[in-house]
Amino acid sequence: MLLIILRRLGQSVFVLFLVAFISFMMFRYVGNPVDNLLGQEATVEQREALIEALGLNDPLHTQYLGFVTRALQFDFGNSYRGAQPVADMILERLPATLELAMVSALFAMFLGVIAGVYTAIFRNRFLANVIMSSSLIGVSLPTFLIGVLLIWLFAVELGWLPSFGRGETVQIGFWSTSLLTVSGLKSLVLPAITLGLYQMTLIMRLVRAEMLEVLRQDFIRFARARGLPERVVYFSHALKNTLIPVITVAGLQLGSIVAFAIITETVFQWPGVGLMFINAVFFVDIPVMSAYLLLVGTLFVAINLIVDLLYLAIDPRIRDGQLRRQST
Amino acid sequence: MTDSILSVRNLRVVFPHRHGALVPIDDISFDVKKGEIIGFVGESGAGKSMTGAAIIGLIDPPGYIDQGEIWLDNERIDQLDVSAANRIRGRRISMVFQDPLTSLNPLRTIGDQLVETILTHLPVNADEAKRKAMAGLEEVDIDPDRFNAYPHEFSGGMRQRVVIALALSAEPELIIADEPTTALDVSVQAQVLDLLKKLCREHGTSVILITHDMGVIAETTDRVAVLYAGRLAEIGDTHQLLRHPQHPYTRGLIASTPAVEYGDISTELFQISGTMPRLDALPSGCAFHPRCEQALNYCASRRPDLQPDGVACWLYADG
Amino acid sequence: MSTEKTLINRFRESDFLYDFKRSPVTVVSFVIVMILIMLAVFADLVAPTNPFDAASLNLMNGFTPPMEPNAFTGETFVLGTDDQGRDLFSAIIFGLRVSLFVGLTAVILAMVLGVSLGLIAGYRGGWVDSLIMRAADIQVTFPSILIAMLIFGIARGLLPPHLRDEVAITVLIIAIGLSEWVPFARTVRGTTMVEKEKEYVQAARLIGLGSGQIMVRHILPNVLSPVLVIATITLALAIIAEATLSFLGVGAPPTEPSLGTLIRIGQDFLFSGEWWILLFPAFTLLALALSVNLLGDWLRDTLNPRLK
Repeated sequence: MLLIILRRLGQSVFVLFLVAFISFMMFRYVGNPVDNLLGQEATVEQREALIEALGLNDPLHTQYLGFVTRALQFDFGNSYRGAQPVADMILERLPATLELAMVSALFAMFLGVIAGVYTAIFRNRFLANVIMSSSLIGVSLPTFLIGVLLIWLFAVELGWLPSFGRGETVQIGFWSTSLLTVSGLKSLVLPAITLGLYQMTLIMRLVRAEMLEVLRQDFIRFARARGLPERVVYFSHALKNTLIPVITVAGLQLGSIVAFAIITETVFQWPGVGLMFINAVFFVDIPVMSAYLLLVGTLFVAINLIVDLLYLAIDPRIRDGQLRRQST
Repeated sequence: MTDSILSVRNLRVVFPHRHGALVPIDDISFDVKKGEIIGFVGESGAGKSMTGAAIIGLIDPPGYIDQGEIWLDNERIDQLDVSAANRIRGRRISMVFQDPLTSLNPLRTIGDQLVETILTHLPVNADEAKRKAMAGLEEVDIDPDRFNAYPHEFSGGMRQRVVIALALSAEPELIIADEPTTALDVSVQAQVLDLLKKLCREHGTSVILITHDMGVIAETTDRVAVLYAGRLAEIGDTHQLLRHPQHPYTRGLIASTPAVEYGDISTELFQISGTMPRLDALPSGCAFHPRCEQALNYCASRRPDLQPDGVACWLYADG
Repeated sequence: MSTEKTLINRFRESDFLYDFKRSPVTVVSFVIVMILIMLAVFADLVAPTNPFDAASLNLMNGFTPPMEPNAFTGETFVLGTDDQGRDLFSAIIFGLRVSLFVGLTAVILAMVLGVSLGLIAGYRGGWVDSLIMRAADIQVTFPSILIAMLIFGIARGLLPPHLRDEVAITVLIIAIGLSEWVPFARTVRGTTMVEKEKEYVQAARLIGLGSGQIMVRHILPNVLSPVLVIATITLALAIIAEATLSFLGVGAPPTEPSLGTLIRIGQDFLFSGEWWILLFPAFTLLALALSVNLLGDWLRDTLNPRLK
C-alpha cells in the first residue's frame, strides 16, 4: 500500500517538474526580460552586462534550477507592465478568487448532489424532467454567456444586483474579504452562480447517471428480492456506491473552478488572479503568465493526487486489488 | 391445493413495445408443493427467469403481469402494493441469482448485509440478528469468523453460499433459484446444489430451481416443468419425466444432453433442428410445431392445453 | 429475461430515423443548426452589407436601434447597428461563420491528431504507447481551456505585435485542436488494441501488408462509430471554447470577430441602453450552442447500445 502511494507521489512530482519546465521555458524564451528591463534603446554593452547579471548565459539546467528555487521561495520576478513583484500581485488578488471559488463550489456540490439524487429516484416526475432539461442548458452554454445574460437580467433590467466588482471589502490581516458586507455579499451572488452553475449541472448529471447505473446492478435487485424497503435500498446501498465516483470527479471539478474563474472574473471584472492572468495574456506580460501557470498547474497536480489517494482509501476492492497485483 | 405453497394460475406477462406487445409468458399454471424442489428447465429465452421474476414481483418495467393469479399459501400476492410486496420478498419468498459476485454489494461486509436482511424481516434486536447471521454462515459451511469480510474476498462457490445464506436468513417458505450454479465451476456446482437440497429438506423450504441444465434437474429436483417459448410444454415427476418423456420437445432436450456416465463418448450428440422462435415471431398454434418431427395437421392452428397428466401436446389429447 | 432485453435493443437500434422523428426537440435542433450553417456558408450572399469593409461604414449610423430608421441617415437595420455603424445582422452572420469555421477545423485537427496517435499507440504498443499515453494523462490533468489559453499565450508572445491579429484565427484553431485530442486517442487506442488481436489483422500481416496500411485500411473503419460520438462532443466543446477565448480577448480579434468577440464588444454597451449590440449575438450563440449539444446528445443516445 505504501508502495502505491509512493509511486503515485512520484508521478505527481514528475508532472510538477514538467509544469515548472514549461513555465520556465515560457519565462525565459517567450518573454524578453532584457528588452523589458532596458527598453529598446539600450546599447549592446548594457545588454551584455544585464544578460550576465541575470545569469542568462548559464547552462540551461542551472537557469532552470534557479527558476525553481526562486519559485519555491515565492519569487516570480517582476511584472512587465507594472514592475511590481508578481508574488505581491498574486497575494493581493488571491483572496478574491478563493472566496468566489469556495462559495461557488459549495453551491455546486450541495445543489448538484441533491438534484442528482432526486432526478435519479423520481425519474419520471415533472420536476425531474424540468431539472434535467435546464441542466442540459447549463452544460451547453458557455460560462461567460450565462454570466452576461444574468447581468442583463438582474443588473440592467431588474437592477437588483451589481454587475461588476466585489463591493466593499473588509481587511482581516492580509486577507480581504467581501463576505462581511452587504454590498460584498450582493456582489458575490451573480458571479458565484455563474461560476458554480456549470459545475452544479455536471455534478447533478454525474450523480444521476451513477445512481441510475448503480440501481441497475444485480446487488440492488438482490436487495429488493430480500424485501429491503425502498428507502434502505436507495440510501444504504445505492448512495454509497454512487458517491464514490462522484467524490473523485467532484474533486477534480472543484479544482477546475479555479480555471473557470478566469472567465467569470472577466465577465464581472472581479479583481482576482484570473482577471490578472487574462490581462497578462492580452498584454503578453510573461512573468505573470508563467507564475500563474506554475501555481495553477501545481494546484491541479495536487488535486489529482489527493483524489486518487482518496479513491484508494474508500473503495476496498481497489485497495486489495492493487495489493494483490503488487505481490505477484 | 392445501399442500401447495405456491399456486400460479393462467399467468401472462406482457412487454409493451412500439411494434406490438411481446409475451414472454403466455398462460402458464402450476403448483409448488410444500417442501418440494421443482425445476424449471428450458432454453435461454423460454421464460424461466421471467416466471421467477413474476412470482417475486420483480419484473423489470415496462413488463407487467397482464393476466393470471399467483397464490402464496392461499393468499393472493400478484396485486400487492409496494410495502406489502416488500414484506413478502425475503421473508416468505426469496430469490437467488446467477452471478454471486454481482449479487452482493461490494462495498459492505457480508455480515452487514446478512444482519440487515434479518433486521428487516424478523422482530429481533441487533445482537440476536448477529447471532442468527453467524449461525446462517455456519449452516452454509462458511467460517463465522469471516463475518466482517467483503464479497470480493471469497471464491465464486463461497460467494454463492453466502448468497444462499442471505436468501435463507429470514426463513422463507419458498426460494426461487435462478441459474444458481451456471456461473460456477462444475466441481463447485455439485457442492452448492447439495447444500441447497440439504438446507431445504432441513427447513422444509420449497425451491423453484431454474436452469437450462438437464443434469442439474436430474440430480436435484423432485418435479420438473419444461418451458418452451413462454409456455408450459410438460410438467411432472422428475424421474418419470426423464425416463418416459412425453412431449417431443422434452424428448429432444433429454436426448441432446450428453450422458457422461455411460462412458460412450463416440455417440453423436442429438440436436433438435432449428432454434426456439423469437418472441416477435411466434408460430401459430403450438409454438414447437415447426421443429417437431411428430407434428400433426392441427398443431399449426390450435395451441394445445395442458392435460391432467402434465403434457401440452396434441399427441396426447383425448379426441 | 436478458434475451428479451437484447431483442428490444435490436429493435430500437434499427429505428434510427424513427427515434429521430419521434423527438421534436432533436428535429428542431437539427433545423436550427442547418439554418445557422446555411447562413454562415452563404454569408456573402445573405448579409445585406459587408460589416468589415471600412469604406462602406458610416459612423453616423452608429447606435441605431433595431427596425428603427436612423435619425441622421434614415437607414433601417433589422437588428440595429453597433458603435461603428456596422449592421448587426451582417456582423452576426459573419461572426457565425468564424465561430463555425474555427469550431469545425479545430475538431478535425483534434480528430486527425488523436486518431493517428491512438492508432499508433494501440498498434505499436511498447514504449511508443507508454509515451503517448503518459502525455495524454498529463494533458488531461489540466482543463483543456487552460491549455488552449497557454498555447495561445505562447504563440502570442512569440509573434511580433503586428502579426498577432492576422494569425489569431489560425493560432486559435491550433490551440483548441491541440487541447482536445486526448479522448480520440484513448478510445481509438483501446479499440485498436482489441482489433489488433483479431484474425483479419493477423491475416493481413501474413500477406505482407505494412503496419500503416493495416492501421488505416483495416482497423480504422472499425473505430469510426465511437470516434463520431466523441467528435460531436468535441465540436460542442470547441465552439464553446472558441467563443470563450474570443470573449476574453484572446481569440478572434475585432477585425475578424466571432460571436464571442461580438458579445465582448456588446457588453460594454449594456448599461448605456444599446441592449441589441449584446443580446442578438448572445442569443445567436445560445441557439448554436444549445442545438449542437442537443443534437450531439441525441446522437450519442442512439448510438450507445448500453443505455437501452
